[in-house]
Amino acid sequence: MGSTADILIKIGLILIIFVISLVMAMYSTYAERKVAAFFQDRIGPNRAGPWGLLQPLADGGKLFLKEEIIPTNATPFLFIVGPSLAILTACIGSAVIPWGQKMTIGSHVVDLQVTDINVGVLYIFGVVSLGVYGVMIGGWASNNKYSLLGAIRAASQNISYEISMGLSIIALLMLTGTLSLREIAEQQHSWHWNIIRQPLGFILFIVCAFAETNRTPFDLPECETELVGGYHTEYSSMKMGFYLFAEYINMFISSAVMATLYWGSYNYPGMDWMNNLLGPTWGPLFGFAVLFFKILVFIFFFMWVRWTIPRFRYDQLMDLGWKILIPLAIANIVLTGIGSTLLTHFGY
Amino acid sequence: MSTFYFIAFLSIFFSILVITAKNPVHSILYLILTFFTFTVHYILLNAQFLAVVNFIVYMGAILVLFLYTLMLINLNKESEPVKPFMVKIAGVFGGGILAVALASSLKLVATSNPVILKNPDLGLVKNLGKVLFNEFLLPFEVSSILLLSAMVGAVLLATKDPKTAS
Repeated sequence: MGSTADILIKIGLILIIFVISLVMAMYSTYAERKVAAFFQDRIGPNRAGPWGLLQPLADGGKLFLKEEIIPTNATPFLFIVGPSLAILTACIGSAVIPWGQKMTIGSHVVDLQVTDINVGVLYIFGVVSLGVYGVMIGGWASNNKYSLLGAIRAASQNISYEISMGLSIIALLMLTGTLSLREIAEQQHSWHWNIIRQPLGFILFIVCAFAETNRTPFDLPECETELVGGYHTEYSSMKMGFYLFAEYINMFISSAVMATLYWGSYNYPGMDWMNNLLGPTWGPLFGFAVLFFKILVFIFFFMWVRWTIPRFRYDQLMDLGWKILIPLAIANIVLTGIGSTLLTHFGY
Repeated sequence: MSTFYFIAFLSIFFSILVITAKNPVHSILYLILTFFTFTVHYILLNAQFLAVVNFIVYMGAILVLFLYTLMLINLNKESEPVKPFMVKIAGVFGGGILAVALASSLKLVATSNPVILKNPDLGLVKNLGKVLFNEFLLPFEVSSILLLSAMVGAVLLATKDPKTAS
C-alpha cells in the first residue's frame, strides 16, 4: 500500500474507468442506431443536437422520467435486484484490464490498471458467469411466462457457451503461462500479438463472447418474435434502461478483453520508437488510444454482425455450442500442445 | 480477525436463511450469498485460486443450474407432495440421532494448534499447480477419471432405452 497520493490516483482511475464505461454504453446506443441506419441505407437519429449527437442524453432523460411500473404479481425486491445486479456485474469486469503501460506524471508512476491480481483471466471469467444472475432473477421475479422463458434461455445459453469460452482460453494460457492480464499484455510487445499463435482460439472466443453478451445472432433471451420482449418484458423506465446499459457495457468490456488477450492490448508495431519520441507521459497515453481504437473496432464488429446476420433457432444455438464449438476448442488445445512441444523441441 | 468473524457470521446467517426460506427460489438465492461469503473466506486465507474457482464453479455454474431447475419445476402449495406419517416420524428420528452424534463429537473437539504453513503463498496458482502436478499427480488424474465416469453415467441415464422408448 502506498501513500495518500497513490490511493487518490487509484480512486481517480476507478472513477475515470467507470465514467468511460458509462459514456461508452451511452454512445454505443447512438452508434448502434447510426450503424443500423448505414446498413439499411437510412439516415438514423439526427434531430437532437448536431448529427443527433445528443440523442443518448434525450433517451436517458426519457428513461429516467418514465413511470416506474412494478407488476402486482411480481416479487418487488427481486424485481429491483435483477437490473441492479446486471449493471453491477457489467461494471466490475473492468477492474483487471490493463489500459496502458505504466505512465509517469511528474514524480508519480501511475499504473493504468485498477488491480493486477494474478488470477485476472479467471476473475473476468467469474464475473461473466455471474452476469447471468441479473437476467435470471429479473426474469423470474417478473412473474410472466415470457420473461421466465427468456431467463431460462439466458441461463442455458450462458452455461453452454462458458464451457467453450473457457476451453479456448486454456489453449491461450498454455502459451502465455500466466493468468495475469498485465503479463499477457506485456508479452505481446510490439507486433507479437497472440492472434498470430491462436487464430482458431480467437474465433471460438469471439463467437462465445457474442453468446455471453446476448448479442445477435445469439440474442434468443430477448427474441421479440417469440417472447414479446424476452426477460425484460415487464420492465419499464430506468430499470429497463439498466438492462440495456448492462448489455452495452458488457460489449465494451468483452471487446477490451478480446483486444487484451488476442490483439496485443496497448501494443503496436514501432511502439518503442514512439515511446522514445513522446516520452514517459504521452507514450503510454498513445498506447491507451491504440487499445481504445481496437475496442471501437470490435464494438463496430458487434454491430456489423447484428445488422447482417439473422438470429439462430434455439436448437441450432445449442447444437453449435455443444457439437461444434466444444470439440473445436478441445482440438485447439491438443494442437496447441503438440505445436508448442514441437517448437521447443526444435529449438524455436 | 474481526473480518473473519464478520464473514463467518454472515456465512452462518445466510445458511440459516437457506433452510428457513419458504420459497425455494429465495432459498437458492441465499445459498448463492452463502457461497459468496465462502469466496471471501478463501481470499482471507490467501487462497486466490480456490476463491476464484469457487466463484466460477459453484456460484457461476452449479447454482445457476439449481436456479434453472427450480424455475422449471412447479413448486406450489397445491402440488407439494404430502409425505406419509411414518416417513415424517422416521425423518425426525434420523435428524435427532444426527444431532446427538454432532453434540457428542463436539465434546471431543480440543483447541487445534494452528499449523504454520512453510509457504504462505501456497494458495497461489503457480504453487498450487506445482504441488498438484508433482506430489499429488496420481490422485489428481484419478479424480478426473472419476468425473469422467460420472459424466458417462449421467449420459447413460439420460438416454432412453431403445426398447422401451417406442
